[in-house]
Amino acid sequence: MSRPARPDLRADSRSADPLDAGPSTTPGPHPDDTPSSTAEVPWRRLDPRMLVVHPVASVIRLLPAFAVILLTGREGDLTHVWISLGAAAMIVIFGVLRWRFTQYRITPDRVELHSGWLRRQRRSLPRDRIRTVDLTARLEHRIFGLSVVKIGSATGGTGEHAGLALDAVSKAEADQLRRELLDRSPAARPAEARQVAPPSIELARLDWAWLRFAPLSFSSLAGIGIVAGALFNVLNEAGANPGRLAGDAVDRLIRTGLATAIGLIAITVLAAAVIGSLLLFAERWYGYRLTREPDGTLRVRRGLLTRRSLSVSERRLRGVEVAEPILLRAGHGAQTRALAAGLTKDSQGGVLQPPVPRGEAHRVASVAAAAPPEEITCAPLRPHPPAARRRRFTRALGPTLVLVAAAFVVDARVLGPASLVLLPAMAVVGWDRARVLGHTLTRGYLVARQGSVVRRTVALQRGGVIGWRVRQSPFQRRAGVVTLEAVTAAGSGAYSVLDVAPDDAVALMTTVDPDVVGPLT
Amino acid sequence: MSVALPLRPPAHQVDRRAVRWWQLRDLITVVVLVVPQLVALALGWPGWLAATAAATAVLGLVYVLVVPRLLYRIHRWEITDEAVYTLSGWLVREWRIAPISRVQTVDTQHGPLQQLLKLASVTVTTASAKGPVTIRGLAEEHAAELARVLTATTQATPGDAT
Repeated sequence: MSRPARPDLRADSRSADPLDAGPSTTPGPHPDDTPSSTAEVPWRRLDPRMLVVHPVASVIRLLPAFAVILLTGREGDLTHVWISLGAAAMIVIFGVLRWRFTQYRITPDRVELHSGWLRRQRRSLPRDRIRTVDLTARLEHRIFGLSVVKIGSATGGTGEHAGLALDAVSKAEADQLRRELLDRSPAARPAEARQVAPPSIELARLDWAWLRFAPLSFSSLAGIGIVAGALFNVLNEAGANPGRLAGDAVDRLIRTGLATAIGLIAITVLAAAVIGSLLLFAERWYGYRLTREPDGTLRVRRGLLTRRSLSVSERRLRGVEVAEPILLRAGHGAQTRALAAGLTKDSQGGVLQPPVPRGEAHRVASVAAAAPPEEITCAPLRPHPPAARRRRFTRALGPTLVLVAAAFVVDARVLGPASLVLLPAMAVVGWDRARVLGHTLTRGYLVARQGSVVRRTVALQRGGVIGWRVRQSPFQRRAGVVTLEAVTAAGSGAYSVLDVAPDDAVALMTTVDPDVVGPLT
Repeated sequence: MSVALPLRPPAHQVDRRAVRWWQLRDLITVVVLVVPQLVALALGWPGWLAATAAATAVLGLVYVLVVPRLLYRIHRWEITDEAVYTLSGWLVREWRIAPISRVQTVDTQHGPLQQLLKLASVTVTTASAKGPVTIRGLAEEHAAELARVLTATTQATPGDAT
């Protein structure tokens, strides 16, 4: 693999002092971050349709506030109308200014974005640091044929600075950017060659039977909120007072009997969670397809109202992770995500699929990483030393004992005995955490598994490790174990192998990085 | 049973003045903790504040006398041909290794206290948010030289460091 010489090393983001670079200065190339050879690349603006979309979307989002202002005014008094009109005018003006002062361009080496009119920002990403491109089209964008382009890059900075977003450009432009920005080989590949390129290969597509996993994900909790919110709005529109209705209903239920009341409320909440999670699943995963594109990217397309397309450069994929939250695990489900730099929380951590049967998760992990399952997430793992397993119990039970003791001090009659339930529960969690713990080194990957409430199996490419951290607390020192962390540009930045024997930790580091760690032993 | 990591400790100790630096830093923390208690006491708060203030002061002073010396004994660093290697922490021991070929930036920092003592820290960052390796408490001229050498080496190493 030929690597380009390292250019300027950081994506710089700076905001000029608003006093000396106020709204009157026109945006233009910054003297010292633009090499003269690229000065002629013209600046481009966001799609002019954003002049409509942004204000309309803002007004819709603020609709409840407007409703309150308009409805609370006294009759005959027009102040509230003026306030609303003023606010609407401000939104439109802000929208125009935002569009006017946002400019971007793609030079051969960099992506540059100038934005903001009070607080000017100039951001610049080296193109060879771009790892992911995420196209998101919310409903308001789709109506006008637009799409937000989020560019994720590999830089040492925190999440906020690890990329930039163009909100928004036309769909055609977005697709063009997606191809252009992730395609690094072809500086001078002719346009026709691209047209005869092989079609994309489908790796996975939505199976509606997976809907059964929707209620098992944590999003079912969000589902409760969604259903409750929707009901509240409907009742409110119908002129009823939902708060009072609910209060009355609960009162009446309690009069008929506490047990029935609790039962009915539990069933209602459960039903809300299930329905909400099904809706959320449909909104997020409708039309899901995972494909391998001819330009060497993995692409996830999905979404009912908000269409999303996440592209990850395959050459930059550093591994995969199979996550099994406890409920999903109970239902034999799992979910795979990609480990690549530049995946922000917005793209939901690079998920490659909805919650699916465990076998399907491992299959997708395997095709995405282009490695057999037994070399990545299905690799047989080596157990950790007995001390590591013992520590899972002490760490699960220790804090719980303190909690139980506190409960007895506060209220020895009800709360104290009730809190005793926690002890066996946490013992089970500790037992499971001990059982799950494991790691191994396969031909190309470091594989580590841990966690009970969310069990994660991480397979990190050996070549994706860009540093090591070894930590040892006083307790670990007594137990004779250390925590090894493999530092990487992808995902959360470091993946840990919990509580391994010090000898094993060093052996592992030396095997992966003989030139670097070898001389230190 | 006490098992250490079978890596050799990094070759170099930090500058002797780092002990003063850590002592000053911790002393300031102790003062910040004790003074409000004394002020509250002067304003007529209950007497047990005198006890907590005294306890804070005594424990703080013990910390100032003991821990910085301990830190000086533990903190070590080394630049090999292939890696930046540090060891730090008195309670939680931490070893960090950053391969030279993955280094993206080299920065030096001088806090106000460090400036007073003519000390500096050198931070080496890689493409990971969790990857920075910091060598604290170097003599100022030494840190500048180190940063210069590191920058030169990393620029001479090919690769895009991710």
